[in-house]
Amino acid sequence: MPLFWKRKKQDDIITLGLHREATEAEKKIAERRDEGPEGDFLEKFQDAVAATRETIADKLDAVFAGKREIDADVLDKLEEALIGADIGVQTSLDIIEKARKQVQRQQLNDIDELKRLIKDELRAILDNADRHRQSGTVASETEVALDIKPYVLMIVGVNGVGKTTTIGKLAHRIKSEGNQVMICAADTFRAAANDQLAIWAERSGVPLIQQKPGTDPSAVLFDAISAAKARSADVLIVDTAGRLHTKLNLMQELEKMRRIAGREIQQAPHEVLLIIDAVTGQNGLEQAKQFSKAMPVTGLVLTKLDGTAKGGIVIAIAKELGIPIRYVGVGEQMNDLIEFSSEAYINGLFR
Amino acid sequence: MFEALSDKLRKVLKDLRGQGRLTEAHIEAAMREIRIALLEADVNFKVVKSFVDRVKEKALGQEVLGSLSPDQQVVKVVHDELVEMLGGTSTQIIFTKRVPNVIMMVGLQGSGKTTTTGKLAKHLAETHKRRPLMVSVDVYRPAARQQLEIIGAAIHQSVLKLPELNDPVALVKQALRECQLVGYDTLLIDTAGRLHIDDELMNELQQIKDETQPNEIIFIADSMTGQDAVNSAQQFHQRIGLTGVILTKMDGDTRGGAALSIKEVTGQPIKFIGVGEKYDALEPFYPDRIAQRILGMGDVLSLIEKVQAEVDEEQALEMQRKLMKNQFTLEDFRDQLRQVRKLGSLDKLMDMLPSGLFGGFKMTAEQNQEMERKFKMTDAIINSMTSVERSNHDILNASRRKRIAKGSGTSVQQVNQMINEYTEMRKMMRMMTSGGLGSMMGGLGNMGSLAGGLAGGLGGGGFRRKATKRKKKKKKR
Repeated sequence: MPLFWKRKKQDDIITLGLHREATEAEKKIAERRDEGPEGDFLEKFQDAVAATRETIADKLDAVFAGKREIDADVLDKLEEALIGADIGVQTSLDIIEKARKQVQRQQLNDIDELKRLIKDELRAILDNADRHRQSGTVASETEVALDIKPYVLMIVGVNGVGKTTTIGKLAHRIKSEGNQVMICAADTFRAAANDQLAIWAERSGVPLIQQKPGTDPSAVLFDAISAAKARSADVLIVDTAGRLHTKLNLMQELEKMRRIAGREIQQAPHEVLLIIDAVTGQNGLEQAKQFSKAMPVTGLVLTKLDGTAKGGIVIAIAKELGIPIRYVGVGEQMNDLIEFSSEAYINGLFR
Repeated sequence: MFEALSDKLRKVLKDLRGQGRLTEAHIEAAMREIRIALLEADVNFKVVKSFVDRVKEKALGQEVLGSLSPDQQVVKVVHDELVEMLGGTSTQIIFTKRVPNVIMMVGLQGSGKTTTTGKLAKHLAETHKRRPLMVSVDVYRPAARQQLEIIGAAIHQSVLKLPELNDPVALVKQALRECQLVGYDTLLIDTAGRLHIDDELMNELQQIKDETQPNEIIFIADSMTGQDAVNSAQQFHQRIGLTGVILTKMDGDTRGGAALSIKEVTGQPIKFIGVGEKYDALEPFYPDRIAQRILGMGDVLSLIEKVQAEVDEEQALEMQRKLMKNQFTLEDFRDQLRQVRKLGSLDKLMDMLPSGLFGGFKMTAEQNQEMERKFKMTDAIINSMTSVERSNHDILNASRRKRIAKGSGTSVQQVNQMINEYTEMRKMMRMMTSGGLGSMMGGLGNMGSLAGGLAGGLGGGGFRRKATKRKKKKKKR
C-alpha cells in the first residue's frame, strides 16, 4: 500500500519537520496507516459504501432467484442498478452492452461470472485512472522534489460538498504524519467560512492564515505562501470558496490563484483536489471538466459516502477524464477520511 | 437550467417532424431517447419508467387532432405530463393565524439550508410583510450559527443568538418565547444537516417538530443530486412529514432531474428555487414554466413578471414618447441600459425567451461576460459626458471625445464606436415608430416597453452586431 506523504516518511516518520517527539495518538495513526487497507480503515470504508444495505448484488440476486441463465430481464435490472448508483448512463450502457455480447457468444453463463465481469470492468476504469496518475502525467506528492517547500495543496469544488470539513481532516492527517502544515483560508466569500475553518484548524493544531471577509482570495493565498515560506512549513492547504463551475468570473478567480501560486513556488499548486459529494448526479462530470479547465485537478475526494448515495459518478469521471479518486469522507470526525481503494469501493457496491 | 434535457427532447421530436403519420415505431424510438435524456438528467430510474409508460400510453391512445401535427401532439403530451409530474400549480408558503408561524428547514449536509433560510426570511419580510425571526439549531457543524448571524446582519433580519445554549430543543423553546415577547410572527428554524439514515438526528428533528408544531417543514434539496434524491426525500418525508421543497443551486448547469424525482416520491410541492449566491436569488417555482423551458418554448411569463417588478411603468411610457418624437438622448439610452441590466444577466434573460427567437443562437459564458463588459463601458462613457453632451450628441467634437475617453478609461475609438451604435439605434427606432409599429407597441403597454427596452439594450450593447457577424462567418465557411 503506498504511503501518503512519502517524502517525509521514509526514515524518520514523525519528527521530521516538527523537531519534536510524536505524541502517542500520532504514533498510533502512523502505525495503523502502515497496516495498509487491512485494518479497520477498510472495514469502515466498505461499511460506508454498503450503507444502503441494498447493493447491486442484492438486486441481482433478487432477479436471478430461480433462474439459470442470464436473460434480458437480468441485464435490464443490472442496468438499472448501475444507473441507480449514479455510475452514469453512458458508462452503464457500455458495460451492459459488453455483457450482452458475451452472453450471446456464450462466454458468460451464470450470475457469478456476470458479477465478476461487472466488477472487473468498474475496477479497470478506476485503476486506469490511478495508473494515469502514477505514470507521471498527473502530479502527485511522491514526485515533488524534496526542496519544494511548501507543498501547495488546493481544495476546490461546488458549494456545499464538504471542502472545509475535508481540509480539517486532511490537515490532521498530514500533520500526524510529521509534517508542518498550514492552512490558507481563501474562502473569503461565504458567511462564517473563516470561523468554521478556524475551529478545524484549532482541533488539529494547525496555524491558519486568514484575512477579512471579502478580500481577494489571491491576496490571501499570497500572504499564506509568504507565511509558509517564512515558517518553512512543509505543506500548505488552501481552502477556496465553493463555486458553481458555470460561473465564469469565479472560475477565472481560481485561475488567478493558480497563477499566483505558480509564480511564488515552482510547480505550485502541486496538487489540486476536487471535492465531489456522493449524492451528486451526472452534473459531477461537468463539474470535473470545468474545474479541470481552470486548474489541473490531480485527484478527487468523495465525501459523505456514509449516506445511502454511492457516489458512482466518480467512476464516470475516472473513465472520461482519467482523474483518480484519492480519499473518501465517511463521517464528521477528524479521522473520517480514508485513502481510496478501488477494491474496497467496488466490493462495497456489490457486497 | 434543464437546457440539455430540452435540447435532447427537441432533437428527438424533430425527428418525428416531417413524418406524415405517427406510427408506433416512431413513438417507441422517441420514448427510448426520452428515457435516456431523463436518466442523464438524473431523474430516478423508477420515476423515468412510470413517466415514459404514461406518455407512451397517452401518445398512442390519442386520436390525431386536425389542428396539431403529430410531433406537436407528442410535445403536448410530454409537456402536459411533465407539468403534472412537477406539481400542477405553484404553491407559496402557507400562513396561519397562529403566532408565531413556524417554518422548519431540513435537509442533508451542504444542500444550502442556512443560505436558503436567509433568502426565505428576506422574501417573507419583503413580499409578505412578515416579521421573521431566524434561529439556527445546528450545534454540530463548526461556525454554523455564526453563519446565520452574519446572513441575518446582511439582510437586516433578526437572528436569535444564544451561543451558550447547545440543546436544539431548548433553543427552539427559547425562540418561541422570544417571538411572543418581541412580536415576531414567523420563526424560521435552520436545522443541522443530517443523513436520512442517522436515527439519532432524525429523532431530534421529530422532537423539534413536536415542540414547535411547524406549519411548514421544508426540505432543502441540492438540484445537482443524482439517483439518491429519492432515498433521502422519501426518508425525510416518512420520518417527519414534509410540506414543501426548495431546490437550491439551480443557477448551475445541472439538468435538475432531482426535482422530478423528489416531487414524485414526496408528493409535496416545490415552492422555490435558489438561483444564486445573493440573498435575493430565490424564485418561485412554476412547473408549467419549467416544463415549457424543457421543451424549448421559453419562459416568457417569468420574463414579463421580472420586467414588471423592475421597470418603472411611467418611466417606460415616457421613454416611448421620446422615442416617437426622436428625442431619445444619450441619457435615456443609459437609463435603458441600466434597466435591462437590472433584470439580470443577459444569458439568463435569453434563456427565458423561446429558443427560435434568436435562431437557436445561444450565448456562451464568455460572450455574456463580453456583453456585460460592454454594458459597463457604455455606462462609463456616458457618465463621463457633461449633461449638455448627453442631451445633444451632435456637439461631440474630437476634443470632447478625447476628454470623454480619458475620463471613462476608454479609447477615442471606443467612444466613437459607442456613439455610432447609439445613432444607428436611434435611426432604427425612428423607422420602427414611424412605420406604425410604435402605436402597436403602445397598445400593448408593458409589453411594448419591454420590447423597446430589450431592443435598445441589445442593439446598443452590440448584441445585434455580434449575431450578424456570426452569420456572416457561417456563410464564408
